[in-house]
Amino acid sequence: MTEEQNPAAIRAEAIESLLIEKGLITAAAIDEVVERYNERIGPLNGARVVARAWRDATFKRALLSDATAAVAPFEFEGGQTEKLVVVENTPKVHNVVVCTLCSCYPWAMLGLPPRWYKDPAYRSRIVREPRRVLAEFGMQLEPDVEVRVWDSSAEVRYLVLPQAPDDATRVSEEELVARVTRDAMIGVERVA
Amino acid sequence: MDGIHDLGGKQGFGTVVRETDEPVFHARWESRVFGLNLVGAGGSARNIDHFRHAVERIEPIAYLTHGYYGRWLGGLETMIVEAGILDTGAITRRAIELGARPEDRIASQPALRPDRIDYRPSESGNRRSIAAVARFRIGDVVRTLDRGTHGHTRLPAYARGRRGAVISTHGGWVYPDTNAHGRGENPQHLYTVAFDGAELWGADAEPGVVVHLDLFEPYLERSDD
Repeated sequence: MTEEQNPAAIRAEAIESLLIEKGLITAAAIDEVVERYNERIGPLNGARVVARAWRDATFKRALLSDATAAVAPFEFEGGQTEKLVVVENTPKVHNVVVCTLCSCYPWAMLGLPPRWYKDPAYRSRIVREPRRVLAEFGMQLEPDVEVRVWDSSAEVRYLVLPQAPDDATRVSEEELVARVTRDAMIGVERVA
Repeated sequence: MDGIHDLGGKQGFGTVVRETDEPVFHARWESRVFGLNLVGAGGSARNIDHFRHAVERIEPIAYLTHGYYGRWLGGLETMIVEAGILDTGAITRRAIELGARPEDRIASQPALRPDRIDYRPSESGNRRSIAAVARFRIGDVVRTLDRGTHGHTRLPAYARGRRGAVISTHGGWVYPDTNAHGRGENPQHLYTVAFDGAELWGADAEPGVVVHLDLFEPYLERSDD
């Protein structure tokens, strides 16, 4: 189906054009918001925080005790992160984040969520059968690893601190940043 | 409300489908809907809880089939119509001029009359000071309410009537259950509560799973058992 034939695309255009004609919004204001989220707000923000935590034990302690304050000096733009909580993966604990009621997600840290995060399959299953879902993502967890699921049901936003790779203290922070994936910070992937 | 949005624990949706290429927006219209919401096209009808409830109230088949930005479009149209900014007929007429077909499924199902309620937040963000002392402390064992509501709530159905432990406290926050309906921000204490998988899912639960929810004080009572 081409975009022109898509009913949602047409209805969105109808609403936008009517609101512009009423002088309530401008197309330029929408362009600006779209550009900001398309180009400046993304998972690189979260990756910088994770890489810092792997290299700096003092920062990591601060991050785990009060993430909102610990990330404030980064001055990330973007909404949906009024209170941030960072949860740490260890050899015995694996964390994974969801929003079963809508699609809450730490925008300022990770950008806008991927489609699968917002789809019914992930939202319905990850709270009920997280081991099976994580296995489908390629993560086989040992039986003695506790799985902690965080269902973002209020305004607290969660970010997973993945386990550091073995060489985390030997390579540069920039290289670590490049290795941290968005999916690892949601909790459905390991960092290689 | 017991709506289609309350997906936690529902079965039958199959494998999580990941894309190899994951653009932020899959089509131009998705970015327009996103931008329309962020520039406040819902007018005075805008607070985050009212928006979430508007999305919850869209037509349930559309909820499952129109995708995330299709849901946002339905919620946005609901807010715009209920605020009296545009009416459904005018939107449909314009859509047909632009090529829509009369049989197209429309996600929005707004109330028949505009509500004229001012939903605007009292200040930015959702954290609020609260005079009441918190009823619960870290370590307390609590049980969630065992009933639904016609209105907006952030207690998912799968966690109703379940026993868990408070693991952290977050102070006072705007209460979605009243704020979504324009009945006041009514700040309440917020807690993170941990539930064992078996408490939620019974004998079929996967072993070694703990599910955490952020729950407002009115959802909780002290558990005596």
